[in-house]
Amino acid sequence: MKIVDSMTDGAAALAPTTHSPLERVQHALHRYPVISPAMVLLLSCIAFTILGNGRFQRPDTIGIILQQTAVMATLAIGQTLIILTAGVDLAVGTAMLLTHIVVAKLAVEQGMPGILALLLGAAIGMALGAFHGGLITRFGLPPFIVTLGSFYIFNSLGLVYSEAQTISKEALGAVDGERLPLLLWTGTGISIGSMRITTGVLLALLLYVVFAFVLANTAWGRHVYAVGDDAEAARLAGIDVTKVLVSVYVVAGLIYAIGGWVQLGRSLSASSNAATDVNLATITAVVIGGTSLFGGRGRLWGTLIGALIVSVFRVGLSLAGVNVFYENFAIGAMILVAVALDQWIRRVAK
Amino acid sequence: MNGLTPILRASGLVKRFGRVVALSGSDLELYPGEVLAVIGDNGAGKSSLIKCLSGAMVPDEGTIELDGQAVTFRRPQDARIAGIETVYQTLAVAPALDIATNMFLGRERRRPGPLGSVLRMVDRNGMRHDAKRALDELGIGTLQDITQAVETLSGGQRQAVAVARAAAFGSKVVILDEPTAALGVKESGQVLQLIRDLRSKGLPVILISHNMPHVFEVADRIHIQRLGRRAGVVTPQSHTMAEAVAIMTGAAQVEEDLAS
Repeated sequence: MKIVDSMTDGAAALAPTTHSPLERVQHALHRYPVISPAMVLLLSCIAFTILGNGRFQRPDTIGIILQQTAVMATLAIGQTLIILTAGVDLAVGTAMLLTHIVVAKLAVEQGMPGILALLLGAAIGMALGAFHGGLITRFGLPPFIVTLGSFYIFNSLGLVYSEAQTISKEALGAVDGERLPLLLWTGTGISIGSMRITTGVLLALLLYVVFAFVLANTAWGRHVYAVGDDAEAARLAGIDVTKVLVSVYVVAGLIYAIGGWVQLGRSLSASSNAATDVNLATITAVVIGGTSLFGGRGRLWGTLIGALIVSVFRVGLSLAGVNVFYENFAIGAMILVAVALDQWIRRVAK
Repeated sequence: MNGLTPILRASGLVKRFGRVVALSGSDLELYPGEVLAVIGDNGAGKSSLIKCLSGAMVPDEGTIELDGQAVTFRRPQDARIAGIETVYQTLAVAPALDIATNMFLGRERRRPGPLGSVLRMVDRNGMRHDAKRALDELGIGTLQDITQAVETLSGGQRQAVAVARAAAFGSKVVILDEPTAALGVKESGQVLQLIRDLRSKGLPVILISHNMPHVFEVADRIHIQRLGRRAGVVTPQSHTMAEAVAIMTGAAQVEEDLAS
């Protein structure tokens, strides 16, 4: 058998191939998965500006959308990290509620200084994450089942510990409803005209900047992608897959604890009955944001855009006078489109 | 190969899986600057042998020496640190990550100064530059875009990336497991050329292959594995393909062993 000369035929075999316009769109979306959610956000903002009876584009409305998004968007950072490793966390919301109720009770009933209570909350969030990571890596249990179990467990613990009581703003130490203690600091903010930007919104944004940087620029970030993309390939490439997975769940737990702080400032109270829809909402934000549920591909900024899309739709549809029962219909349809698009984009692989 | 000391020597490797014996005292010698092919029927213990040498499997018994020094590989990293790079049949590349990221996967370089030490930033441009150079060195610089995801490449191109990664980091030995199994004629030719390029760079290569024409095309010596051990070593000059296959299947014996 004659071997072809590498510089002639061999080079041709390795040369780039040409693509049709549709394939080019597919490749562009493959490369920049944030394009499609960004366009959906832009188009929906334009649509609701036209249909929202002049109220959607008002600065106060935009401020409210941002505040409504802050808690869910914060939690969705942890969810994104986990989904990038081809996992999923069904217990995001209950983990956040459990930590925030513990923080509030420690401060109110034990008189613990706010900063200490928050640090302890962070430690508890990380411990909950380590619990997940340990079960998943040590016993090889699927993340779906592990977090489904802890969804109920955390929910129950939160209710037991709080005795299903709500801890009010005054009990948490707010004076005259104006000067807020550290625990509620995320509820403070600045007003730009009639648009109010809370510290919680800024904190959520800061977390996005930090984790987008970490994912794109550190070895750990690359390993998160590699583990989700092909765990066996990552292992053979010398990556400690177990360590990466556990660290992802621990970091996610820390993010949930910070999300709990944002929640305290958002509701100016602590209650284990709050934010019940946030578990699935974070997954929705991640998926609409273009991150693949199969792991290994996606961008954190897409999640922020996905979270904003959900809020924009909820607020926009009600301002447009659409029956509120259609809101979930619109969001459900978007999830299906996003997943279908992901499948199509993934087919770029030969 | 007379008078030379082997760069890699495995002696008496045993590996059992329950009652199945994958390796029953297998030996292997690799000499500097050679391409050693490993052939054998399915279940002859080729994969187990290679996995022991690359750290993906720990043998129950036996010793491995690299450059005359006894070594123990518990994980793939151990073998890599010792200078043995392996291109697995599955290629061990992350499809969604780009070429440069894959080439440095698991051994990312940080940026100099506080950006690297404090912010832990990886030296993305530096790694891209070096990845490009590694591809160019093997004459596969036609992969224009080093930032392209590996899954957008053809099978041969992916293989080229995996081989280039091994060549760039393997200081002592490169092991290739069935590198042409999934490739067409043209792409196989390219990969065989890559193997020759590695040899001319002075890197000894272990080539595991089912494909007899490919083996006889590039190998200096051929290690024949049978029933968990070495049945013998032949060369493309001393034996024909039919004779090698006969030894592999047990229909013939090796008269003159060229193992040492």
